[in-house]
Amino acid sequence: MSQPPSSSDSLSVDEALLDVRNVAKHFGSQNVLKNISLQIASGEFLTLLGESGSGKTTLLRLIAGFEQPTSGEIWMSGVRLDTLPPYRRRVNTVFQQYALFPHLSVQENVAYGLHVTRVAKTEICARVHETLHMVKMQEFADARPAWLSGGQQQRVALARALVNRPQLLLLDEPLSALDANLRKQMQGELKSLQREIGITFLFVTHDQEEAMALSDRIALLRDGALEQIASPRDIYARPATAYVAQFVGQTNLLRAEICGGVATCGILRWPTHFIANGAALFSLRPEAIRLAPEDAAGTAAVRFRAVIRQQIFSGSSEQLEVDCAGLALRVRIPTLGALTGEHEFAFSPADAVLVRS
Amino acid sequence: MYSRAYKLIVSLPPLLWVGLFLFLPYALMLAHSFWLVRDGFIVHQWNLQNYAKLFQNPVYLTVLLRTMRIAASVTFLSLALGYPLAYYMSFHAGARKDLLYQLVIVPLWVSYLVRGYAWKTILGSEGVVNGFLQYLHVTNEPVSFFLYSPFAVVLMLTHIYTPFVFLPLYASLEHIPRNLIEASQDLGASPRSTFFRVILPLSLPGLLAGATFAFVLSLGDFLAPLLVGGPSSIMIANIVQSLFGTAFDWPLGASISVCILLLTIALLFLTERLEKRCSFR
Repeated sequence: MSQPPSSSDSLSVDEALLDVRNVAKHFGSQNVLKNISLQIASGEFLTLLGESGSGKTTLLRLIAGFEQPTSGEIWMSGVRLDTLPPYRRRVNTVFQQYALFPHLSVQENVAYGLHVTRVAKTEICARVHETLHMVKMQEFADARPAWLSGGQQQRVALARALVNRPQLLLLDEPLSALDANLRKQMQGELKSLQREIGITFLFVTHDQEEAMALSDRIALLRDGALEQIASPRDIYARPATAYVAQFVGQTNLLRAEICGGVATCGILRWPTHFIANGAALFSLRPEAIRLAPEDAAGTAAVRFRAVIRQQIFSGSSEQLEVDCAGLALRVRIPTLGALTGEHEFAFSPADAVLVRS
Repeated sequence: MYSRAYKLIVSLPPLLWVGLFLFLPYALMLAHSFWLVRDGFIVHQWNLQNYAKLFQNPVYLTVLLRTMRIAASVTFLSLALGYPLAYYMSFHAGARKDLLYQLVIVPLWVSYLVRGYAWKTILGSEGVVNGFLQYLHVTNEPVSFFLYSPFAVVLMLTHIYTPFVFLPLYASLEHIPRNLIEASQDLGASPRSTFFRVILPLSLPGLLAGATFAFVLSLGDFLAPLLVGGPSSIMIANIVQSLFGTAFDWPLGASISVCILLLTIALLFLTERLEKRCSFR
């Protein structure tokens, strides 16, 4: 057994439930996954986040066993997974389009995994009942999937996977077919369900808000490579790259020149502890910029004057687009009323995060 | 909204067609079955004599039973050939799918008669099979039971109707969402278990449709017994044909036709009910 490379992002081997080692996947000449390594801890809620075509679903399908990796290995609890057929893996999947069996009733769907693995009849009955109860679908036990709404089908799909007590549950954009309100509700239920039963979840989504709301950690994929893996707070507050900063929430990317511990971008100047001189890219979140109070001069904040170009009211906050001597910046501030003309703004140098381009 | 004139113009041709070429002939057939023949003329005198004859003379029942046996064999063999083919093409043929599909369809473009004569040359005493057997010295004389036997009829009809079984089967297999198969495997079902629990049940509508095609079409076939069947494999349609032809007993022929028609309608009704019961979307 080769040890996974240790870095600050990876877990030690004995904690990891799933261990993806240098996995690559090519479809013809297309490199869909390029040398991915990641570990998932037992009981963790990890989200694979990325645009369509980033390879997140392919990685999920490699773990489920529907595709074979071109190179690399996948291990789960000391067992090599990638050489096993899908029906021998203790992994279950909640499919994007639910994939419920149309010829079976809700309870037959849920019982399917137990039936084919020859669990005793009485136990099947008890576990199906218990699981349907857990997803609040017990009253639909005899219904056909076609009679159910999208949200209900979603619950059945979840029950059908969970009833097998998998070590790892894979969820392939399970909420993307639901409308916005139901999606929010299901997010909450999914999160509390995961806490309750303690099964490890590997969740795939392209929706960064969903990823933030649900995950213990987010693995952000871009063009088949792992861009960053960190907790939602870390990934938001300390994005490693400009891509991450832009994908997870909004940001201002500042092309600055560092010279002697001071970064300069247009008329903005702020101290930085990056010593290396030369060009650098900084991410500054819109909400890190605030309207500077008239009297609070002399603090460590970077102050600058900018002209308000546009103001968009969005309920609890105002989105501003300001012009700072030719540099366009996005600013988000608490609701204040209409603003016009030139104002003084400020941000803390610590909020300008150096990112790789 | 469409005007009444438009509706009339649009619906008239199909109504005329169905009326003239379907209902009128059936009505004539039904009427004939209650008439009788006297001195070489059809007498329009209502009676049940023809139906009585059908039940009194055991020949008709024997031939009907043989016909159904042949049709059932053809159905079974076409399914046995068509299902694996459709299954392979739908799930494993990959890029060869289109080519294979064409290959299955192409025989349908060849005339039924040509294919019948082809079987005659293959199975006959001067035929390919006998020539080969004699070349191998398996036999010294041509084997005669290949041709002019129910076996030959079943063989020829199976060849002809397998594409008809294949097409609805293939369509129903193609309609099975592939993620259901992945879901089944994901839940721990082996490929074998997945086939019997997911693929087979979901392909039942196509299987029923194909079986109905093969059975009903074989039931009414009269060319195969003529070409390759011989006297031992006369089918019910041959009797109808001779009654309408040389025997000139249209009323008796019509009464057999009515019976076959009722049998077929009952069968179609039954399979449609079954098909509805096993289609889920």
